[in-house]
Amino acid sequence: MTALNRAGWRPEMNVAGGADDSTTFTGNRALMLEEALIFEIGGSETTGVDFDEAAPAADLGALARAAPIGLPGLSESETVRHYTRLSRQNYAIDLGLFPLGSCTMKHNPRLNEKVARMPGFADVHPLQPQETVQGAYAVIHELAEWLITLTGMHSVAMSPKAGAHGELCGILCIKAALEARGEDRRVILVPESAHGTNPATAAFAGFTVEDIPATEAGRVNLEALKARLGPDVAGVMITNPNTCGLFEREMKAISDAVHAAGGYVYCDGANFNAIVGRVRPGDLGVDAMHINLHKTFSTPHGGGGPGSGPVVLSAALAPFAPLPFVTKQGDDFRLIEEENAGEDHPQTFGRMTAFHGQMGMFTRALTYILSHGADGLKQVAEDAVLNANYVLRSLDGVLDAPFAASGPCMHEALFSDKGLAEGFSTLDIAKGLIDEGYHPMTVYFPLVVHGAMLVEPTETESKAALDQFIGALRSIAMRAKNGDPALKSAPHFAPRARLDETLAARRPVLAWEG
Amino acid sequence: MRYLPLTNDDRAAMLATIGAATIDDLFVDVPAEARLDGPIAGLPNHASELAVERHMGALARRSRAAGEGPFFLGAGAYRHHVPASVDHLIQRGEFLTAYTPYQPEIAQGTLQMLFEFQSQVARLLGTDVANASMYDGSTACWEAIVMARRITKRAKALLSTGLHPHYRSVARTMAKYTGDVLVDGDPSLEAGTDWAALADSIDKDTSCVVVQYPDILGRIDDMTKLAEACQAAGALLIAVVTEPVALGLIKSPGEMGADIVVGEGQSLGVGLQFGGPYVGLFACKTKYVRQMPGRLCGETVDANGKRGFVLTLSTREQHIRREKATSNICTNSGLCALAFSIHMTLLGEAGLRQLAAINHGRAKAAAAELAKVPGVSVLNTSFFNEFTLLLPTAARPVIHKLAEKDILGGVSLGRLYPDNAGLENGLVVAVTETVTEADISAFAAALKEVLA
Repeated sequence: MTALNRAGWRPEMNVAGGADDSTTFTGNRALMLEEALIFEIGGSETTGVDFDEAAPAADLGALARAAPIGLPGLSESETVRHYTRLSRQNYAIDLGLFPLGSCTMKHNPRLNEKVARMPGFADVHPLQPQETVQGAYAVIHELAEWLITLTGMHSVAMSPKAGAHGELCGILCIKAALEARGEDRRVILVPESAHGTNPATAAFAGFTVEDIPATEAGRVNLEALKARLGPDVAGVMITNPNTCGLFEREMKAISDAVHAAGGYVYCDGANFNAIVGRVRPGDLGVDAMHINLHKTFSTPHGGGGPGSGPVVLSAALAPFAPLPFVTKQGDDFRLIEEENAGEDHPQTFGRMTAFHGQMGMFTRALTYILSHGADGLKQVAEDAVLNANYVLRSLDGVLDAPFAASGPCMHEALFSDKGLAEGFSTLDIAKGLIDEGYHPMTVYFPLVVHGAMLVEPTETESKAALDQFIGALRSIAMRAKNGDPALKSAPHFAPRARLDETLAARRPVLAWEG
Repeated sequence: MRYLPLTNDDRAAMLATIGAATIDDLFVDVPAEARLDGPIAGLPNHASELAVERHMGALARRSRAAGEGPFFLGAGAYRHHVPASVDHLIQRGEFLTAYTPYQPEIAQGTLQMLFEFQSQVARLLGTDVANASMYDGSTACWEAIVMARRITKRAKALLSTGLHPHYRSVARTMAKYTGDVLVDGDPSLEAGTDWAALADSIDKDTSCVVVQYPDILGRIDDMTKLAEACQAAGALLIAVVTEPVALGLIKSPGEMGADIVVGEGQSLGVGLQFGGPYVGLFACKTKYVRQMPGRLCGETVDANGKRGFVLTLSTREQHIRREKATSNICTNSGLCALAFSIHMTLLGEAGLRQLAAINHGRAKAAAAELAKVPGVSVLNTSFFNEFTLLLPTAARPVIHKLAEKDILGGVSLGRLYPDNAGLENGLVVAVTETVTEADISAFAAALKEVLA
């Protein structure tokens, strides 16, 4: 293997590595531009910020920083170019269909961005006197009302910072409720198909995690669940629609059984976008459910965050909700926090984060919700489900769909690697899609299906976009079935070929060491 | 509806392909009793962009934006000038609308940015490595305590009284349910923390000591001796930085021996945003990297030998390890990390040092001016851009009276510690480069009037 190339791709690497024959002096290929690290192009005296005054002398004695920090600077023009070049090495929903199952990559409306930047939202401090931030409280309250109504639940905790933080909120509510009942139940039941965050959250909060078996139809096995329920079971964490893209038909019966055994029902709401406006989790016996505002309500994913994970709660769990939260009194809004919780909310489990949660995501989500309205949100769910089923049925006989025989899917279509040629895998199909100009679907998740491929087109794709994607996926599937060796080394046209993840883990280089 | 491209003809053709008569046939798995037939009652229908913008604009105008007048709040969230290019760049769709970089061949932009971010954070905090961000400083602080428990196999954490009370509350909430033991307390209105006493209370059960720097009252103290005491006892020193701009001027916690350094990165690039989203910083010594929470980006090569970046050491994380993961965190603060990194790149070392020096100078000028107000004194003997005023009366009502004069004059200790009457005369005042001399004069004059 060639040594690490700190300067990017140099022409001589073709001699050593034999990558391909399209050599250029710069390593660039027209619009595909290589970009060095800021540490390679910046300088310690270069800056892109001007100040109106010289640095005054400081008198910090022994605490004054003496040694260089080692931070490179760039001028503004270089900075804009650096990050613009980097951005062009990313795939994004703005560029095309992004069928990442369970992640809900839908269009991010730009009105949401504009609204979030209004000074009354963006330039407000979380600890300002309450009379000066009534508009911010109003947004939190209005969004909370929508979430409560759309889910048919009793109340909502707004402060969790992301989905997994919302799970933690729900699980802590369950812990607090059990404590109030004087019961020490230590087991949380989680299906094997669940997101990894579910068992991780339960364990993080001190619970023991046990599996719930699934039926052959990809759903919770109600009888097996009932058999496991007992005085040691605190509750269940169930994703609905589940990660196989299927609605848990027996959800109400599951909830009833869990409640009868003295437990609580946590619903992972990652897939709420499939049912928003058509089904209320409150009608299914759910006690707590987080809503990923970055999924259902289209706040941008930003390359991995920020998220926002409000948790809707049943009447049974609402008294234990975290601080702070906003209440309305007449036309005014008031914050309930540590000092006044004693009278208004004495059983709270406490605070989960500094300040009030992800305000910047609240403004975007509320803007999105108001744009769609009740009728539009229902249409969102219907089009998301329609698009997924269209993909599922259009690939009949092309890719194995383990649960297709049991009926329609919800918002995502699940396929397996069954039937591919010897030596060909789900990974090859994913990498082949990259060359076709798509981000791959979610792969190898859920764990219950071999070589899983989870396709979530979302409602913001046109029929023409879906038809082209289906055609591309069919073409790649046929190549994988016929054993096309070129597919094994895909992608060929991306900024990078397959990356050596083993090397990265074996010899971790996690920071610039130059 | 403007975000939905399907036409009714499309829908009909697609249903025909699927073999379904109506859309309801696709919701057949939903039990009839849970199905809603019409739109949910009591909610408005869709609205135009103009109408929604009008509604949200009206709500926005019900708050007093920080930039509308003199503004002196800090206590964990700071108002700094963010260069225009930062917001432009983070709104590029390829950053804004990308997902977590699970397919590295088409996510090198995000991955290289994260590698640069990790490198900047590690250098600024004075540690070996940093992760790709956490939700915010307060949750990063709790995760550090949990990490120290895993490393030391001890469960008692000593929290310095100077730790932000919200951070302490988060730790208290979690510790109630995890079995961790916290030793904590409120600060006292003295010029320095009694770190000798803190060092003396470290024992064989202590997993870590958590110290904020600068602390909630704005005080800065050398933590070298505390780090030595921790090391001698087999405990870890966790430093918490809520104002990273300070580290342009004062020694980093890593230089003073901290094992884990966490922080709130909001000051750089992110803006106030009423408390979120912010960006948690998380850094540590290399030997502890496999116990870290959150995503890590690492350097590698591709099949052609070209340098590239991937998410790595994922066997710590929930999507691989499930209930045995180091944390349940999945989504982090990617876009805020990008904003932080761009702002830091624009500043560079020279710019950061100058920004920090200007902040410190402005704060010193403000402290001197405010100390001239009759009955008012400054608690701190050392501070960066934030200090605590001692008023002759409870500070909380004073804040509201100042707000009536359109001056947002800081955060009262009564707001932060409502149960501690002994602190009620304290007022925490932050002074950044966004504060003008006129703002300081207006604040001092108004404070004099209110106290008269």
